[in-house]
Amino acid sequence: MMTRISVTVDGSTYSDEVEPRMLLVHYLREVVGKVGTVIGCDTSNCGACTVHLDGVSVKSCNLLAVQADGHEVSTIEGLARDGVLHPMQEAFRACHALQCGYCTPGMIMQSLDVVRENPTPSEEEIRKGLEGNLCRCTGYHNIVRAVEQGAAAMAGSRTADVMAGE
Amino acid sequence: MSISPEAVAEEIEDRVDVDDTGGGGEVGRARVRKEDQRLITGRTRWTDNIVLPGMLHIVTVRSPFAHARITAIDTTEAKASPGVMDVITGADVKDEQGALPCAWPITADQKSQPHPAIAVDRVAFAGEVVAVVVARTVAQARDAAELVDVDYDELPAVLDLRTAAAGGDLAHPDLGTNVSATWVFDSKEAGTGDDVDAAIETARAEGIVLEREYRQQRLIPSFMEPRSVVVDPTGEQMTMWSSTQVPHILRLMLALTLDVSESKVRVIAPDVGGGFGGKLQVTPEEIITFLAARRTGRPVKWTETRSESLLSAHHGRDQWQKLTLAATKDGTVTGLKVDLLADMGAYLGLVTPGVPILGAFMYNAIYKFPAYRFTCENIFTNKTWTDAYRGAGRPEATFAIERLMTELAVELGVDPLEIREKNWIKHEEFPFASVCGLEYDSGNYEAATARAKELFDYDGLRAEQKRRRESGDTVQLGLGISTFTEMCGLAPSRVLGSLSYGAGGWENASVRMLPTGKVEVVTGSSAHGQGHETAWSQIVADELGIPFEDIEILHGDTQVSARGMDTYGSRSLVVGGQAVIMASRKVVEKAKPIAAHLLEAAVEDLEFSAGSFTVRGTGKGISLGEVSLATFAGHNLPDGIEPNLDSDATFDPSNFSFPHGTHLCAVEVDTETGQVRMRDYVAVDDIGNVVNPLIVEGQVHGGLLQGIAQALWEEAVHDESGTLVTGSFVDYTLPTAADTISFTTDRTVSPATSNDLGAKGVGEAGCIASTPAVVNAVIDAVRHFGVDDIVMPCTPERVWSAIQSARAGGTSETTPEAQPHFVEGEPNQDPGTGAEGGTR
Repeated sequence: MMTRISVTVDGSTYSDEVEPRMLLVHYLREVVGKVGTVIGCDTSNCGACTVHLDGVSVKSCNLLAVQADGHEVSTIEGLARDGVLHPMQEAFRACHALQCGYCTPGMIMQSLDVVRENPTPSEEEIRKGLEGNLCRCTGYHNIVRAVEQGAAAMAGSRTADVMAGE
Repeated sequence: MSISPEAVAEEIEDRVDVDDTGGGGEVGRARVRKEDQRLITGRTRWTDNIVLPGMLHIVTVRSPFAHARITAIDTTEAKASPGVMDVITGADVKDEQGALPCAWPITADQKSQPHPAIAVDRVAFAGEVVAVVVARTVAQARDAAELVDVDYDELPAVLDLRTAAAGGDLAHPDLGTNVSATWVFDSKEAGTGDDVDAAIETARAEGIVLEREYRQQRLIPSFMEPRSVVVDPTGEQMTMWSSTQVPHILRLMLALTLDVSESKVRVIAPDVGGGFGGKLQVTPEEIITFLAARRTGRPVKWTETRSESLLSAHHGRDQWQKLTLAATKDGTVTGLKVDLLADMGAYLGLVTPGVPILGAFMYNAIYKFPAYRFTCENIFTNKTWTDAYRGAGRPEATFAIERLMTELAVELGVDPLEIREKNWIKHEEFPFASVCGLEYDSGNYEAATARAKELFDYDGLRAEQKRRRESGDTVQLGLGISTFTEMCGLAPSRVLGSLSYGAGGWENASVRMLPTGKVEVVTGSSAHGQGHETAWSQIVADELGIPFEDIEILHGDTQVSARGMDTYGSRSLVVGGQAVIMASRKVVEKAKPIAAHLLEAAVEDLEFSAGSFTVRGTGKGISLGEVSLATFAGHNLPDGIEPNLDSDATFDPSNFSFPHGTHLCAVEVDTETGQVRMRDYVAVDDIGNVVNPLIVEGQVHGGLLQGIAQALWEEAVHDESGTLVTGSFVDYTLPTAADTISFTTDRTVSPATSNDLGAKGVGEAGCIASTPAVVNAVIDAVRHFGVDDIVMPCTPERVWSAIQSARAGGTSETTPEAQPHFVEGEPNQDPGTGAEGGTR
């Protein structure tokens, strides 16, 4: 039995027939082709598959595709606009917050959620906010730096927006 | 109007506090990485992303038993399941699958059990593949795998390392023993030192003898990208994409194992999501996917689940160390005897037997004691195979000696730094011939230690520790030290040959000059997170004077990079980087006569710098790019010169490199709960000259946390039936960001002499150094209760139990009387489930 769903992913709307048991992460990777979102475990521990559902971070292995019906999903692939990186992506690169890069899409999406909840997080708040995302390469040291810098840059660009009257 | 993205990037770069170390060139600059663009935008080329027309999917059926005979396999129902194209058992492929390769037979009479990709009639560990389903979708394959009906007759499972070494039940009955090989290094026999037995005898009479046993628990490398393999059969040619560290070795081994022509196999390692030694392997699943593609004539993919990965990708460490250290009463170490048991698991992987041997040369570490003997027994058990994990042999050795040096200091009532200084090689004594016969070319332990002390506030923390002790604070402070060295830059081929390794240790590179003056560099050392694309570009930019942005690094495809020894053992820069330098210099040499011809000058009058040939004493010059274009056109070349600047070089190092460092760690131990909290960590590493400090710091940070994780959190645990209890990330507890702290890192520099860069390698340093630093700190925090050891990982339960047991006057089981070594009839479980508690 297949179920028809309609999901907006990174700004485009997709309508597909899916098996009810299909996970959102499999839908994104196999049906929509958003392979930037990856799978790192099968117990919802690693957070590699983190995306945003209506602006809030979720582990896409923890939702069924049918649960995303009528909702808006954002992935790592939708972050850069017109070829310009998001400040958080830029911060990850500048701080060398990634090595193999496998956890990076999920880590960046979760970092944005940390900053959404708290625009000026302390080191401890960043560390707690990223607790559901595993990285094996960096020891988290530079990831914490990147989130600090990314948050500051985002605050800076918001200030600039306000000052420009936007 | 928004702030411009360029301004954001600049602002961020300004805030990132990494100093360049170079003198204006590319080498030494903290360049942000080239490879990051695709990784941060989700445009990465992971193997599992590959989709080919008509591609089929594999799901494996694995043994739930640690040791059993397979009596029947019924695949009828599975074969009839929707979408299933094939179900393959060991019996189906027993004549073609061969046996998985071991490239390092450490002794001539080493015992080895052939390792079939799919078990045929017996399984030797829980997780061994017994059948695979090939179907149109992963879901269909998974559904059908549930329908494969396997009958087993259970056999006695050999699980405990020490019991297996003592005899009794056999992991492989046909071998008649659990001992795969015994390997000995004796400094007296080798002529590199004195007789260790005599040293111990003398110390027993008039000095100090320390006898300790340490457990290196079993660990799981836990790269973040699960392994994945795709095989595309096109006519006779087979193309394999694999998430591997070793595409070149894999290609050769596929040819040898499956008896196919090497020239018909192409292996591609696209972007690879971490390895840490865990992808330094030729795996059953690679063989199986190859065979399935050949049988069906269609592209086939296998991607593991995390649970499958933890169960079946090779594990690491898993050793028992018995150590006897002899010293004089003033604390001068006079000898060390090491008796090691190493758990191979069920089968010998690519370099499994050699892992302890890589440690054999490192037990003497930075110290100059004169007598040493190392004896290792490699033991089979019915558990997942073991093999290289970050550091491979060297972390175990470093842990042992750094724990012992601290224990010796305690025995003598002196500061642990003082005892190290008394015994270490002084900087003016380099080059130094070690008791193992290695030549340490450079180092300065005094400088690294002085800098670490400065950054750590050693004396201030000692004062705080004293205050907490005296006030009976429930939270105690502990300081731990590790002054490590390691042998890197694997490896001089002759040395590998003398150790019976099956290949050389050279590395290859080639430089291709394009007509437009751009450059392609091909390296045989294929990266999986180390940033080769950036670092190699920096090296070539300096050598050829070509802009960093105009250099492209190609790797990880045997059709592009014909020769290579791949990436492991902190070897890439030290060996592969030197090959890149040599190939670049050959380009300049080839371009020189052409430049001279074009400039109408004599070759000997030309000099090359900053990308241009100039005629000495004149203003005349021509850029390498222009020479490249002229060479491409070929219209005006000197007679007899080939129209091609491309060059190729292979570097075989003459010596290892010896990074070292001083790491200082402070932990807080809650004596009421046993909880250990990281307080401070200072790492001062001497890794020689640095190409990119940003990348170097990243390598150190990541290594540190992996080593800390061994000390505090990680352990692969099997239950009494041989089932892996820590079979998911719920139970195999990788550290999270919230578990750890920010590190303080710095460097001192004594350049290596074995390569022109003066680089020593950094991939494993953090992981090797940090484990003993942390355990020394934990013990230091609770030693006043009478605790002198805690088995790793130092979980709250174990720390708490150790305190309780010591307070109750329990004996320390590390004394030989309480824990006789390698004696039959020992309990069948390694300590560590925590239930028995107590000090060790």
